[in-house]
Amino acid sequence: MQKTPWILQTLKKLATYYRSVNGWALKVLARNLIVFRKTWTTNLAFNVVEPLLYLAALGVGLGTMIEGIEGMSYIQFVAPGVVATSAMWAAAAECSYDSFVRMHFQKTYHAIVATPIHLEEVVVGELLYGTFKSLLSGTVILLVIASLGLVLSPWALLIPIVLILNGLVFSQIAMIWTGIVPKIDNFAYFFTLIVTPMFLFSGVFFPLDVLPQVLHQLAWLLPLYHIVVLLRSLTIGLITFELLYHVLWLTLFILIIFPLPQMLMRRRLIQ
Amino acid sequence: MTVVVEAQKLQKKYNDFEAVAGIDFHIHRGECFGILGPNGAGKTTVVAMIYCFNPISGGKLTVLGNDVTVDTRSIKTRLGVVPQENNLDLELTVRENLLVYASYYGIRRSEAHKRAEELLHFFSLSTKADQEVDRISGGMKRRLTIARGLIHTPEILILDEPTTGLDPQSRRLIWEHLRQLKNKGLTLILTTHYLEEASQLCDELIIMDQGIILEQGKPLDLIQKQVGAKVVEVEINLEHSQALVHTLEHLISGYQLAGNTIYLYITEDETEAVKIISSCKHVHTYRLRPSNLEDVFLKLTGRGLDYAEDTMDFTDPKKIGHLL
Ligand SMILES: Nc1ncnc2c1ncn2[C@@H]1O[C@H](COP(=O)(O)OP(=O)(O)OP(=O)(O)O)[C@@H](O)[C@H]1O
Ligand SMILES: [Mg+2]
Repeated sequence: MQKTPWILQTLKKLATYYRSVNGWALKVLARNLIVFRKTWTTNLAFNVVEPLLYLAALGVGLGTMIEGIEGMSYIQFVAPGVVATSAMWAAAAECSYDSFVRMHFQKTYHAIVATPIHLEEVVVGELLYGTFKSLLSGTVILLVIASLGLVLSPWALLIPIVLILNGLVFSQIAMIWTGIVPKIDNFAYFFTLIVTPMFLFSGVFFPLDVLPQVLHQLAWLLPLYHIVVLLRSLTIGLITFELLYHVLWLTLFILIIFPLPQMLMRRRLIQ
Repeated sequence: MTVVVEAQKLQKKYNDFEAVAGIDFHIHRGECFGILGPNGAGKTTVVAMIYCFNPISGGKLTVLGNDVTVDTRSIKTRLGVVPQENNLDLELTVRENLLVYASYYGIRRSEAHKRAEELLHFFSLSTKADQEVDRISGGMKRRLTIARGLIHTPEILILDEPTTGLDPQSRRLIWEHLRQLKNKGLTLILTTHYLEEASQLCDELIIMDQGIILEQGKPLDLIQKQVGAKVVEVEINLEHSQALVHTLEHLISGYQLAGNTIYLYITEDETEAVKIISSCKHVHTYRLRPSNLEDVFLKLTGRGLDYAEDTMDFTDPKKIGHLL
């Protein structure tokens, strides 16, 4: 009998991870949305108040001491970045602490995998929920900055699409940690080593060209950098062909790491 | 009778540790099948392989005609599971737990509502329907977990220690519910380390210890076969026990020593046996009683079921010396 070449086998195996994006995963998302409906007020307030504080402190406070950047007022420069970071935090928090509580303490995943739903689909359902929350908090901040007159272009209508990419990226990165960390306390490393540096060095607060050339180029490796570029361009309507590279980068990143959270969660929970 | 679960040389390894060591059994439709064994026997491991949570490491396991290594989704659709640890959804109310679980099976909303109300009623949970789950008692949580396992009208209900940790009253209530389900024709697979539970509910039993099956059969047959109908428990100083066994040799099928108690399995004339025992001056007390599964278990393993894992051996004065 002819043996299937290993490359085909691997591809076939990989394909199963992408096939977990299906109706079963949506049922897991639906479960989370039912819980969300009960707690959305506190939930959202928590996600929205913090970015607004940043906006007030940096935009209004610090902004008075800084001359314009790239022809914009400082608050204009910072605002889209705050949209991006609030969306990033929302996804990262949901798929780390909150998912860990469901997985480890409440045994929600164990309960679900006894039904027809597979563990891989549970993970995808969680990622979709992280993405939903991310989209939601980003959109709320977007509406706030729009009401402050900081959204200058109708191209901003495309921002929710970027926020979905953002949500998928950070839900996945967080979920990878959830598949690995032994204890819930270990998420502190995730936030200190990954989320916070991303927050500080992705061009949210200052233009990256003030950094040495090497560091500036390294920013290409940070997903948030691409999000910030996209959001800033869309808010001010500075549309170039180059933006598609950023979209492509994010899309590839999402697709490439997509199997990882599922693989790690299976390794963690199933012996 | 149709076989609904069949295990052949079924094996489970956790890394190098063999938790289930190549066991064979089969379960028929409509029966209550018990898996009895002390802590660590491998009960949970066996049922978790049946409900496709634990992958098998060797052998073959067929559930409802499907190989567990091939099509888990169609197996999981037809099974109900009550895990050892309650894993109710703490963020939902009692009723929502049932409705959301129904949605995982793709049951239509109207159908799910109807089914949920029936189950709440059957398990006397209707008055608690809108409570948050962490507000209800342990017995109610257990009943809710069973109700949840029935939401999609499964063909087999798997219960992993359904009454462990409950008070006797809640336990009896659950037994009553399970008996009614069984009478309706539902197949039950039940793990337990309560012998009373096994003898009350199970039609067919396997007794497991350390990953192997020690015995299998119907509870009464097992008792009959292993120990006979009557047992005399005798408290006697160890050094005289052999002499007593020797005098009774023609009346017993076997005996088991546990501490200072000797259990004698009476086969022949029980009055004669009791006469001999009562006249022996080394005997402190004795008691003639019908034998039960506990005796079977003791005989098979040489230890009691409830104390299997962490009993201290009080017969050896050297071992307890430093405790006194
Ligand atoms: N995930 C695991 N990794 C390693 N060993 C395990 C794992 N799960 C169970 N074991 C071991 O396998 C053996 C059987 O465990 P199992 O949980 O099946 O026993 P049990 O009969 O259900 O016991 P209990 O009455 O305590 O529930 C035990 O020795 C246990 O320590
Ligand atoms: Mg167990």
